[in-house]
Amino acid sequence: MPRPGFVLEVDRSTPSIMFWRGENFSLEKLPAGRSRVIYPPEPLDAIKDIDGAIRRALLNPHDQDPLPTQLFPGMKLTIAFDDVSLPLPKMQRPDTRQRVIEAVLDLAAEAGVDDVHLIAALGLHRRMHEYELRHALGDRIYDSFHPRGMLYQHDAEDPDNLAIIGTTDHGEVLEINKRAADSDLIVYVNINSVSMDGGWKSITTGLASYRCLSHHHNPETLENTRSLMGHRHQSALHTSVWRLGKVLKDNGPKIFQIETTLNTDMFPKPFDFLSKREWEWTGKDRATFLATTKSLNRTPIKLARKIFHNMEGPHQMTSVQAGDTDAVHKITLENVYKQQLVEVTGQTDILTMGIPYVCPYNPDGVMNPILVMCMGLGYLFNMYRNKPLVREGGVIIMTHPCYRDFNPVHHPSYIDFFEQVLADTTSPAEMSRKWEKQYAEDEWYKHLYRTGNAYHGVHPFYAWYWGAHGLQHAGKVIIVGGDPPTVRRLGFTPASTMDDAFEIASDVVGRNATITHLHAPALLVADVQ
Amino acid sequence: MSRLVFSRKPARFAMARLAGAIMPGAGAHVGPLDLDADEPLPLPTPEWVRLRTRLAGICGSDLSMIDGTASAYFDPLVSYPFTPGHEVVADVVGSESARRVVLVPVLSCITRGISPMCPACEAGHINLCERIAYGHLEPGLQSGFCTDTGGGWAHEMVAHPSQLVDVPADLSDEAAVLIEPTACAVHAAARYTGKETVIIGAGTLGLLTLAAITATHTDRKAPIVVTARYAEQKRLAKELGADIVCTSDEMPRYVRSATKSLMIGDQLTCGAPHVIDCVGSSESLQQALRVVAPGGEVQVVGMPSNVSLELTSLWHRETAIRGCYAYDHADFHTAIDVIRHHDLARLVSATYALKDYTDAIAHAAAAGRRGAVKVAFDMRRND
Repeated sequence: MPRPGFVLEVDRSTPSIMFWRGENFSLEKLPAGRSRVIYPPEPLDAIKDIDGAIRRALLNPHDQDPLPTQLFPGMKLTIAFDDVSLPLPKMQRPDTRQRVIEAVLDLAAEAGVDDVHLIAALGLHRRMHEYELRHALGDRIYDSFHPRGMLYQHDAEDPDNLAIIGTTDHGEVLEINKRAADSDLIVYVNINSVSMDGGWKSITTGLASYRCLSHHHNPETLENTRSLMGHRHQSALHTSVWRLGKVLKDNGPKIFQIETTLNTDMFPKPFDFLSKREWEWTGKDRATFLATTKSLNRTPIKLARKIFHNMEGPHQMTSVQAGDTDAVHKITLENVYKQQLVEVTGQTDILTMGIPYVCPYNPDGVMNPILVMCMGLGYLFNMYRNKPLVREGGVIIMTHPCYRDFNPVHHPSYIDFFEQVLADTTSPAEMSRKWEKQYAEDEWYKHLYRTGNAYHGVHPFYAWYWGAHGLQHAGKVIIVGGDPPTVRRLGFTPASTMDDAFEIASDVVGRNATITHLHAPALLVADVQ
Repeated sequence: MSRLVFSRKPARFAMARLAGAIMPGAGAHVGPLDLDADEPLPLPTPEWVRLRTRLAGICGSDLSMIDGTASAYFDPLVSYPFTPGHEVVADVVGSESARRVVLVPVLSCITRGISPMCPACEAGHINLCERIAYGHLEPGLQSGFCTDTGGGWAHEMVAHPSQLVDVPADLSDEAAVLIEPTACAVHAAARYTGKETVIIGAGTLGLLTLAAITATHTDRKAPIVVTARYAEQKRLAKELGADIVCTSDEMPRYVRSATKSLMIGDQLTCGAPHVIDCVGSSESLQQALRVVAPGGEVQVVGMPSNVSLELTSLWHRETAIRGCYAYDHADFHTAIDVIRHHDLARLVSATYALKDYTDAIAHAAAAGRRGAVKVAFDMRRND
């Protein structure tokens, strides 16, 4: 029986706590008597017969007819699936997407459906490389569909292949992939790592145009998204997305949503100790930790990245549900929370977090400084329900080397964003007003997004906006171990050690400030009471 | 009273080349540059005058000569031994009233006693003189490279009256010593198109070219992108009006963004119509060709030497590489306005006595790294 999440009050006997530091780790001693560490629940038991569970979900959907009854010869069937941004790290083969899509394709074949297109729902993310598509879908699907042009990636900048479905009562235009819009049925295959994903967000972002995304991916919406991972009524983003979802439901093609949840078994051996609670580390775990950190200190950064990005997580499936989007997503959220929710009492003055080598926007790439901000203030800060873990005006301390390093293939506009936009302003509203249009409409970025493997030109803005609420909420952000000029460019304060960071933080929150560390891995959502 | 003399001594020249390759400016220690007693030069003709030097700048062309990297092209255009120094502010000796001047060092037809003058000199374009090594003077493209005229790195030199431009009383000597290099920059800035412009290099010439453009075109719309290597250069470039200051590695991305260009390999499909190369190396010129717009112009302001270039893009995109040498008299007057506009005297970072010439040259050769711009000799002090 897996143990639930746990809040550890740090005392003198508490060992040092492990923090991510990009492509390495550090052990940090947290002050006794005023610190606590939030540990995620242990990984839930996985479904034993995954293929059977998938088939049962397809045959017994929620609030919809069984999938086979919705399939008929001559129909246009589009299967859209989540892109490479999740799960992290990538999943050991076979990937959930492969399992689910193979099951759907079997049913489609039985029903005599020939016109089947598979679309990677990447929104404004980078196109997946062939090896990533093969990893997600399996060689059989790739080799059957890709050569015939029936497996491809959504292009949010292809005017000939976008269709307007309708407009919300707030004036938001829903424009999605034309093939999907013209289909008799869209089957959406989702992997749900965090509670903000899935539901109507899958199609209305993954298959949407820039124009459509800009309705909710903007500073105003994200500053008013007061709980990205919690209740939908606290999220302006999700409120907008659900409005678009209603337009899709009322005016668009029929949708059969398949959502899956994973447990938090994220790292394979010998890195499974990362998810353990430090005082339960065995001698072997300690030795592995020491050997790992010492070797990583001597490993060239490119090689270290390769090692980490080549890692494949066990990621066992804990649930699969299919049918009506709203009905399915409700169950998905219950399952995500069952795995990730930890009850926490009260807010803290200082929130600490280790920033890993990867976030949803740099699989097989560089965790550049903008993504460090996005991961810290956009993701980890937002891993709460009800209210933020850190009080308003409190301090957020991250650990990451924060190199001024970018992947020019994946993040070309990020480089210019760092040099040009952040040199001018770190205010989401101001950069949106002054710079976003130029980047969004830049022909070169569009070209690289459409034909290469680059994130859309506007994507660094979105990554920055993702942290808009965190930026507004925190009184100060400190990055321990970060390259000082780079950290300053982000508008944050560099510190060389955790003790220095606490000293700097004391200017804002005083000397006896309470400290809460969000332990990662794995993922958790703090239910702050 | 003393002067620096550069002689034709092949062995020492070779040593300078070797030393300069190891440490820029080190050619001054081992090369054919020596400190001598100042012997009064004969006046080439009675109308010539004697100048008592106040300040004399150290230019990039002087450094390349000292380190033995100057092109062999100059061999027939100089006469040995000569005293270097062509950025000169001086007093006219024997003038009825005190007269402080800067030197227009180009040795054109009028200074060489050539009559009738060549068409270029006749038109006032003394920098394009067609008789540059002829007439009654020994060869020398400028004062400071001619055995008959001497140069500014001495307490005294001679000059033709046509070479003198009076320094307004409100200008300090430090400001005045920048008039000559600023005139070069003004000459370069005359080709400014008003469209996106790139200046490669933020040494003295790069900064002054930027200053000349921004002082004479205050209503600019299109951005000026300047590449700078060192922090002080970046700061000054911003201060002098650059819209974007970046390293040379970053520059193509900025130009691409500013000109809404696409890319084919390393080549921008569009680019800046005007690229001003103030470095003059193979690398800088090649990069200029990568970012210049089709039909655009790369203006070579920094003195190049032997370079190796891939010119296919020049052919294919009908771009031009155009030299930019010196100035005419009018440029000197504009230069004075530019110096006033930007208060450029602050660009004179250090002055040295002649006897400390090895230190001065080492400082000038490492100016960017040491946070300096212009280094000059100061003959106002008698040490």
